[in-house]
Amino acid sequence: MVTLLIILGKVLVGFGGLLLLAAYMTWMERRVFALIQVRVGPNRVGPSGLLQPIADGIKLMFKETIIPAQADKVIYVLAPAVTLIPALAAFAVVPFGDSVTVLGQKVDLVLADINVGILYIFAMAGIGVYGIVLGSWASNSKYPLIGGLRSAAQLISYELSLGMSLLGVVMIAGTLSLKGIVEGQAGMPYIVLQPLGFLLFVVCMLAETNRAPFDLPEAESELTGGFHTEYSSMHFAVYSIAEYCSMITLSAVGATFFLGGWRGPLLPPVVWFLIKVLAFMFFFMWLRASTPRLRYDQLMGFGWKVLLPLSILNVILTAGAVVFIG
Amino acid sequence: MLGEICKGLWLTLKHSFKNRVTVQYPDVKEEMPVGYRGLHKLLRWEDGLERCVGCKLCSAACPVDCIYVESEENDPEAPTSKGERYASIYEINELRCIFCGYCEEACPVGAVVLGNEYEFCQDDRGKFLYEKGDLLVERTEDHPELHARYDEKNLLTYV
Repeated sequence: MVTLLIILGKVLVGFGGLLLLAAYMTWMERRVFALIQVRVGPNRVGPSGLLQPIADGIKLMFKETIIPAQADKVIYVLAPAVTLIPALAAFAVVPFGDSVTVLGQKVDLVLADINVGILYIFAMAGIGVYGIVLGSWASNSKYPLIGGLRSAAQLISYELSLGMSLLGVVMIAGTLSLKGIVEGQAGMPYIVLQPLGFLLFVVCMLAETNRAPFDLPEAESELTGGFHTEYSSMHFAVYSIAEYCSMITLSAVGATFFLGGWRGPLLPPVVWFLIKVLAFMFFFMWLRASTPRLRYDQLMGFGWKVLLPLSILNVILTAGAVVFIG
Repeated sequence: MLGEICKGLWLTLKHSFKNRVTVQYPDVKEEMPVGYRGLHKLLRWEDGLERCVGCKLCSAACPVDCIYVESEENDPEAPTSKGERYASIYEINELRCIFCGYCEEACPVGAVVLGNEYEFCQDDRGKFLYEKGDLLVERTEDHPELHARYDEKNLLTYV
């Protein structure tokens, strides 16, 4: 009974926190953008505009849901959920803190410590793409279709390099479990051993989450909204929450693989974990405010001709180092 | 390529420490520049008499016909203005007005000027018809910003 309660508590805290964080990322993104664009940003609703995400959420809930007449209605309604659920589920294997004692039981601050953790994350990220492709197809409209096609092609090309960029860490740590990888970084974070891997990971992470400069599936300026052009109301909100959730999850993966996860001096582990994730998120936003969008052929060329060879090189070098040096 | 991205990131980082350009409008209001053409005002002389002598030149100059003036003879015992006549009715339809400033250029006595006021939204079209009482200021001295609106030397005076 107690175990069940603890699991339930972990799920509520973990996913509730993730959703809340995702909502507040919209606020943070707008504030960071405003900061860089010499503006102020949302500051009216609550102190420093901190209630803005809640106001936005309420507004979106009361908006009219518009479903195009020619749309495939079932898939159209389901598609945002198909994006959101894997984005949330992928977070389950990320350890966000050291173990704590609750009700006399030792509780690991990870929802599920499975031994193929990183494979699970990639599987979930892979399913997440379906939501975008299905939504864009079901909209039965030209802009979403182009956005969906771009998204599919982009994610297939960059997922390879994303997986490869993490392989180096997996080889050094000797485990696929994220908990094990954090334990392996007790001495120093893997970013010291895997600088190239880290760089590749950050680039692929941007492409994987459809963020600038790789935000071609959305591409406001050319595709009006890309895959979510036809979406409105909560369906749109779910897409946007899913995007932020997958950003947070991949930031958490990056923090876990390269920056030592929840490890850090003085502050409690959960705080360190949050700091690292938020640093990633800030970088996401900073980069979005600074870079123009890539052209599509540049995107594909860069993925296949630069990132993939580099990540393979990184894997070979790391493998050699692991075998010959230890 | 990495170098260029870093250059871009550095530039945006520098921008984020600049002073904000945003004006927190309802809380902070910007001073309107000299020459700003806002809501009309009808001015008085220092002794409290109305400047407007009811000559209707503003009405004639107005390209959109938004000014309506009717004039009457001054009572010699208690004059309203310093001229022979004064404006008994002076109406400006602010919805029609294009704020070109021809009325203040036409005015020989510097009576009608365009002020600095720009917040005059109304919830009813009828309320945009400003009558003489709405436009006339109590004391011109209280509105130093309006002094720049007319050239004292070129005014016809009846003193």
